[in-house]
Amino acid sequence: MLFKISINNIRKSLRDYAIYFFTLVIGVAVFYVFNAINSQTAFLMVSQDTRDIMELLNTMLSGVSYFVSAVLGLLIVYASRFLMKRRNKEFALYLILGMGKSKISAILLAETFIIGIGSLVVGLILGTGASQLMSVLVANLFEADMTSYRFNISAEAIIKTIIYFGIMYVVVMIFNSIMISKCKLIDLMQSDKKSEKMKLKSPAFCTVIFIIAAAALGYAYYRVTTRSEYLSNKILVGMIIVGIISTFLIFWSVSGLLLHIVRSSKSVYFRSLNCFTFRQISSKINTTVMSMTVICLMLFVTICALSSAFSVRNSMNANLNELAPVDFAMNYSEKYDGKIYYTDIFEEYEKAGIDPLENVSEYIHLKCYQTDEFTFADFAGEDILKQLQKISPFLDTSYPEDIVKSSDYNKLAELYGTEKFSLENDEYVLICDFKSMKEIRDHVIANGGEIEIFGQKLKPKYTECQDGFVDIGSQHINSGIFIVPDEIIGNYDLGRDYFIGNYKAETKEEKYAAEEKFEENYKKVFDSVYAGKHADPVETNWYFASNTRIDIAEATIGLGAMAALLGLYVGLVFLISCGAVLALKELSESADSVRRYEILRKIGADEKEISRSLFRQTGIFFLLPMLLAAIHSVFGMKFAMFILEVFGTEKLIGSVAFTSIVVLMIYGGYFLITYFCSLSIIECKRK
Amino acid sequence: MALLNIDQIEKYYGNRSSLTKAIDNISFSVDSGEFTAIMGASGSGKTTLLNCISTIDRVTAGHIYLENIDITVLKGKELNKFRREKLGFIFQDFSLLDTLTAYENISLALSIQKIPEKQIDKSVKKVAEQLDISDILQKYPYQLSGGQKQRVASARAIVTNPKIILADEPTGALDSRSAKMLLERFNFLNSEYGATIMMVTHDSFTASYASRVIFIKDGRIFNEISKGSDTRKQFFNKIIDVITLLGGDAGDAL
Repeated sequence: MLFKISINNIRKSLRDYAIYFFTLVIGVAVFYVFNAINSQTAFLMVSQDTRDIMELLNTMLSGVSYFVSAVLGLLIVYASRFLMKRRNKEFALYLILGMGKSKISAILLAETFIIGIGSLVVGLILGTGASQLMSVLVANLFEADMTSYRFNISAEAIIKTIIYFGIMYVVVMIFNSIMISKCKLIDLMQSDKKSEKMKLKSPAFCTVIFIIAAAALGYAYYRVTTRSEYLSNKILVGMIIVGIISTFLIFWSVSGLLLHIVRSSKSVYFRSLNCFTFRQISSKINTTVMSMTVICLMLFVTICALSSAFSVRNSMNANLNELAPVDFAMNYSEKYDGKIYYTDIFEEYEKAGIDPLENVSEYIHLKCYQTDEFTFADFAGEDILKQLQKISPFLDTSYPEDIVKSSDYNKLAELYGTEKFSLENDEYVLICDFKSMKEIRDHVIANGGEIEIFGQKLKPKYTECQDGFVDIGSQHINSGIFIVPDEIIGNYDLGRDYFIGNYKAETKEEKYAAEEKFEENYKKVFDSVYAGKHADPVETNWYFASNTRIDIAEATIGLGAMAALLGLYVGLVFLISCGAVLALKELSESADSVRRYEILRKIGADEKEISRSLFRQTGIFFLLPMLLAAIHSVFGMKFAMFILEVFGTEKLIGSVAFTSIVVLMIYGGYFLITYFCSLSIIECKRK
Repeated sequence: MALLNIDQIEKYYGNRSSLTKAIDNISFSVDSGEFTAIMGASGSGKTTLLNCISTIDRVTAGHIYLENIDITVLKGKELNKFRREKLGFIFQDFSLLDTLTAYENISLALSIQKIPEKQIDKSVKKVAEQLDISDILQKYPYQLSGGQKQRVASARAIVTNPKIILADEPTGALDSRSAKMLLERFNFLNSEYGATIMMVTHDSFTASYASRVIFIKDGRIFNEISKGSDTRKQFFNKIIDVITLLGGDAGDAL
């Protein structure tokens, strides 16, 4: 009997429940897809390193899942309470007919149960389908081989999804029961009689608040995006709080101002249904300032998370080709008590009895010279040094600068395919691609930039640092190398020794084989250096390292993929939540306004005009939080780009485009569903 | 020539097994400038009749002509256009939009006719004066009394200069003082501006303000009386007599 009532109730309020159900299904599906990545990636042919990163990814995904389930849980509780409110009359009727509150709770319990089971089944079916697509995406992100792909269902993820959502549904049931046990019959019966009072805020006051909020927001933007390197955590948190409060105040004041602005243009306001449309919008925003704020901030986080995650991923992969153009780069340096020692990689190879050129097709052996007579402090000069130390006291200024001979560098540039530099006798070129360091160095060059090395005065060939690097890597982290005429160095031979080159290999398999052999040799040499150093009575700081393109690539791709997947996970869940809250608000608003549309029809308004009015209302309701979130994001991304600078931020446009498409599809989807559901709500009462 | 001509209309509800004749062959005509009341007990078919004239409902058979246009064949856009240009409505529940001010409620009737803003302002102010609501134009419906609301609704109905004003129990939700005031305004509009008004009511006092009363019983015209040169008091007594004849109960007679 109760079950029958529940089923009928759901069928009756299908329209209200459609969005709720739709949201639950997507929530379940997304949750399953991201938790099933573990088993979806099992078949991918990847190296051990990549496998390790995938393990890490899965650990992080399940960690994020706690957070995601909290967000979804809040959303579900919110949505179900919201739907309950819409049914007060129905509950009142039950109570009047003599049904006990416990019976009503039982009906609700059964309803939640039915919807819960339904959403889980549909969501999981959808999820298993979507997770096959996810496999393609994951394989793509990890640049893995998909030949052994097969259809895959993760029992583990299914159980996890059922448990997590089961808990959420139980929480909803508890909340509903509490709500029912607390309500009073008289309140339920009169729930729809409350006449909403239109409180018009004073436009002058609103303008003042708006200006203050906009100014505060502008200030926060300014503080966060300019000279980000000197921003302390305390100020950052402060600026975020300022941002949140300003967002709230902007919505609050706009809700009062919007009407006044439109009203000031009488010819617009009194055209067709405009005055009705804007009154509706303004009353909607008036009652939803808080939700608008939360939605705007969530959209902001979504946009930033998605864009930066994909930008990191894309930039890292693109940087790889640019910044690791050769198969290996080895460097060896030694320093103790401020003294620079002589190092030579080839000599160490010989000592270990290994031919360094075994398996190597082309190579360069060069030295980055260092001398205590030419440190950063010497480069900057006293005046600028004082300025710099004031703003960034932690800058290490006593470290010797790297210097290379121009002939060495040009050979390297030939191998790398980067720009070569020809120098006059009294010129030098400074290469640097680490952005924040480049700014400092450019400042020094702009103020003269004359340097003195081994008693020779040199002036900069260019007015700013040039792009370039010696060691390979995945990021722009060359913080400065001086290219000088060969004669200046003469016979000086202290500094960091480099051995850079390519394997004798063409195909991927050959390269992997060559790398294995190379790594083996390197290890032997390293052990021999290690043994030699410890036999020496004076212990020195020595550094002997090898970077290979394959190592860098695997770490890069793995990190990028991880960032992209985590960003996508959180972004999707946030987007769904925002869309669902807005949709529910708008739908209930439409249901409350049915009578108003009836009046419009009675006085002869065209159906087309009414639809247009509804479209505008829904559109502006969805657009407003998105608009502010977009503005926030411009500055938020600027800051994110600063934080993520070392990962590379070059591929921003593409990731912003990708983010826009994802946001547009989900958010826009919710908008369209809401619009068409609203349309049918306001039409349904018509006979 | 008659403004409104109702020609043998019928309206059935239900299906073949249980048929209800809400209107059973009614014909009459209304001249321009007439103030007509339609009286009858609950369920007599008077509201159905008004709904058919106002195109909210469709007749089962027969025709209704307004200025020689058969409105029973109008559809969709034409129907909406006809409704907003030729008819003015006043409802028992006022049907004001609660989110708009009185001014905006009245102006909306004009702006959906795509009338330019300058003209709207003039028309609204003029009609507000006629209905004595100039000083409450900037208020919202929830700030107004029932009588004021109904006068705003009446202003909305006449501001478009309709051919005929249709009122469905306009005093139904008003106290007697507000009702009297509203009806006096109707009389004023009728006599000073020649407005054609057709009003459905079950209240004899309300009907006594009309110049002609049509009585309906079980879907048919039962009787019809004209005020002629009678005073309102005499006309009221005449109406009571007919109602007694009709078998209306004491409640209907007020």
